[in-house]
Amino acid sequence: MNRQIVRLTHVSLALLAVLVVMTTYWQTWAAPGLADRQDNAIRRVAELAIERGLIFSFAPRRRLARNVEREVDGSTLFFRRYPYGPLTAHVVGYSTAGRSRTGLERSLNDYLTGATDNLSSVVDKALDELRGRPVRGSDVVTTIDLDAQRVALEALGTRCGAVVALDPRTGKVRVLVSSPSFDPNLVETRFAQISRITADCASPAPLLDRATAGLYVPGSTFKVITASAALESGKYTPESSFFDPGYCLVYGKRVSNFDTSRPFGTISLENALVHSVNSVFCNVGLKLGAKRILEQARRFGFYQRPPLETPSEERAASGLYRNRKLYTPRLDSDVDAGRMAFGQERMLVTPLQMAMVAGAIGTGGRLMEPHVVERIVRPGGRVVLRPRPKLLREAVSEETAQAVARMMRLAVERGTGTAARLSGFVVGGKTGTGETGVPGSNTTWFIAFAGRSEDEPAEVAIAVVLENQSGTGGTTAAPIARAVLEALLASAENP
Amino acid sequence: MSARDRELAGLVLAGLVAGLALASVAIAREGSLSPRAAAFAAGFFALYLTAHAVARRTVPYADGGLLPLAAVLTGVGVAINERLDPAGGARQALWVAIGVGVLVATLIVLRRDYRVLESYRYLFGIAAVLLLLLPSVPGLGERVNGVRLWVQAGPLQFQPGELAKICLIVFLAGYLREKRETLAQGRLKDLGPLLAIWGAAMLVVVQTNDLGSALLNFGIFLAMLYVATGRALYVGVGLGLFAGGAALLYTALQHVRDRVTIWLEPWTDERVYCALNGRLELRQDCASYQLVKSLYSIANGGFGGTGLGRGTFAAPDGTELIPFLRTDFVYSALAQELGLVGVSALLLCYLLFVVRGMRIALRAGDGFSKLLAAGLTFGFALQTFVIVGGVLRVVPLTGITLPFLSYGGTSVLANFLLLAGLLLVSNRAAAPR
Repeated sequence: MNRQIVRLTHVSLALLAVLVVMTTYWQTWAAPGLADRQDNAIRRVAELAIERGLIFSFAPRRRLARNVEREVDGSTLFFRRYPYGPLTAHVVGYSTAGRSRTGLERSLNDYLTGATDNLSSVVDKALDELRGRPVRGSDVVTTIDLDAQRVALEALGTRCGAVVALDPRTGKVRVLVSSPSFDPNLVETRFAQISRITADCASPAPLLDRATAGLYVPGSTFKVITASAALESGKYTPESSFFDPGYCLVYGKRVSNFDTSRPFGTISLENALVHSVNSVFCNVGLKLGAKRILEQARRFGFYQRPPLETPSEERAASGLYRNRKLYTPRLDSDVDAGRMAFGQERMLVTPLQMAMVAGAIGTGGRLMEPHVVERIVRPGGRVVLRPRPKLLREAVSEETAQAVARMMRLAVERGTGTAARLSGFVVGGKTGTGETGVPGSNTTWFIAFAGRSEDEPAEVAIAVVLENQSGTGGTTAAPIARAVLEALLASAENP
Repeated sequence: MSARDRELAGLVLAGLVAGLALASVAIAREGSLSPRAAAFAAGFFALYLTAHAVARRTVPYADGGLLPLAAVLTGVGVAINERLDPAGGARQALWVAIGVGVLVATLIVLRRDYRVLESYRYLFGIAAVLLLLLPSVPGLGERVNGVRLWVQAGPLQFQPGELAKICLIVFLAGYLREKRETLAQGRLKDLGPLLAIWGAAMLVVVQTNDLGSALLNFGIFLAMLYVATGRALYVGVGLGLFAGGAALLYTALQHVRDRVTIWLEPWTDERVYCALNGRLELRQDCASYQLVKSLYSIANGGFGGTGLGRGTFAAPDGTELIPFLRTDFVYSALAQELGLVGVSALLLCYLLFVVRGMRIALRAGDGFSKLLAAGLTFGFALQTFVIVGGVLRVVPLTGITLPFLSYGGTSVLANFLLLAGLLLVSNRAAAPR
């Protein structure tokens, strides 16, 4: 029987060895992945013992997230407070014991808890643990301009919508506002209050970050992309002339201008953008074909989540959507290019994406990678991360950018966007009014860039979107854009 | 140095480990060493010294490594129970004391010749079957977690499956010793008992919903059959039958299907139907909640662990984050606080226990003793594998206990009986004739 017993011993030892191997797997190999899971309450509670890094605004420098200490069962725990509450709720997010995290609190959790693998921080952390001191995480300085942020949120008021403003030369995001907002201090204890928030739209969804994840019909703001595609194709110049009958024929059907009462007659491409003439862009779109326009949109960053530091789940890609999924047509005939050219036809975009478009036009076609993190600093003061301005790509040639920029400037000077005029600055903009199918409930837009002179790159690019509006982009969104641009340009003058 | 002297040295070491573990829990909770913890440790040590003294008298030649290994494991078990529930440590310590008492009594009663058990083998066989079916008796059985494992007798909860396992091993050792020659010839009609026991195992699963003890008992049966006959074919046929039976149960029983689904796919990205509240939920928030939370606990321990007494098991407001921590998931609590280093050391203790047990089986002089020692040891190893493997997602999770560590009276008692059996066999094998 001894031979069998020896074999049985081997089997028994193999079984126990499997346990050692699998324990090793879960505790080393799989552990980081499990720690990142949103339903991992143990990790979340364990991290309460860490003195989380603070989160700051760029200018004026204020603490957007701080800690309060509390003794629980003999150990010091750190709970988050957000002094500016709803003002920066979406971009900063929240970190609680009971719920999952959002915003930068989620995506930068490793930095904020000091868990980033780096030899000196590992040593610091081990020393803190040995001395019985709480581990301290790294501080995050964002690029947010708190004053302009406040102007934007107050201007939105009770309306549902979003404002995104960035410096198109560097990609630094100055304003990231979504309305209605919520108070992140209530998430842990009084979450029901947040779900009762109301606003002037059918589904207020205060937790949704409309600035980066809200998908809207772009309306006429998309004409900026169509115009870019038209000029890039070499088939058109700003002076190309069209006849506007007040409508456009698509597959035998009439698509009317927004204002059908007065057709423009013969009109140039430039003036068509200044006055936002649908029929012209409809014909341009039919001529160029859907694929060429979409290719131009891609060059502006469509069909990708814009690379921001917030969690990827909180950012949406712009593009054609079908059944809630991004959709790439294989043939030109799959999509109604005429309607797409002036921003209808299942095209959905985010405010962040449209701010990037305006910014690229304002800076000679250079599309910069957007950032909301200025730098991340270890407790000792050493900078562990400082994103450098990075060119995503040349979205259009410099000539095209200058031509489209000129059209947008004219639109603000004497076209649909006069409400955004700002004395002392050069503003170029484009209005948009996306029809949602419900009369009197339009999505209105204004996208713009602003600088000190026509010859220098723009200093600010902005996108404003409003839901459930009866007016046009020119009357509803442009004034908000103007107020935020003014606040940003003023703070740039007196830093 | 005699086996008993080695045992004493080992017990001093085990006492140190247990004392340190208890001290660590006390310091983490109260900030200093409490007299309570010191008294605990001293009492614990005294308990094992008593067992040692009795062993010197009754089984002087028995293996000296087993008792210290049991002391380390039960010591850590008392410490982790103390850690998870302030009243739990004392209760677990009481059960260990009773267990040591049972060990001492068994050693004294069977000190002359334990082989008398062989003549009562059918009695043990009947007892095993009765004990297995006991939880299914209406009015007696208690359903915990959808599994019938418990019997309620007055204030005491009793898990008869643990004792049934020991009875089964004694029965099989006696029965197989007697029938091994005829069975080894491999005639078809001799396979009758095999089929009968396979049927019984499946019946128990259907009755109690308890996959774990079915797997355990059937595994023990196959292992002992193999040791007795030396025919790998039986193992192959047995495993085939078990697989077939399991497949049948999988299609027939929703409970079994759920367990397997949880095992294969504990996380879902989309909401699936949740039987607990009738709504659509992510599976990690519903059916696989326990398993997933336990894995998070293990992962949180990492390489070095948080330190005994400093792990995270509850939210700041006191809500528990991991269910059934003291019974089914005691391993994940230990893994968090002791880390990979600590639980590997514990697994090494199990490994050493198994090696020593198998060595005893090798050295035993007669067939009954060999089968008994091999059966007890393999049962010990397989039980550890099934429960810890369940927690680690190696096999579907079942509700059996971790030997010497889980909270629970019957489990501790059964394992001390197992220890007594191994000590008796090794004493006889090593005794000068």
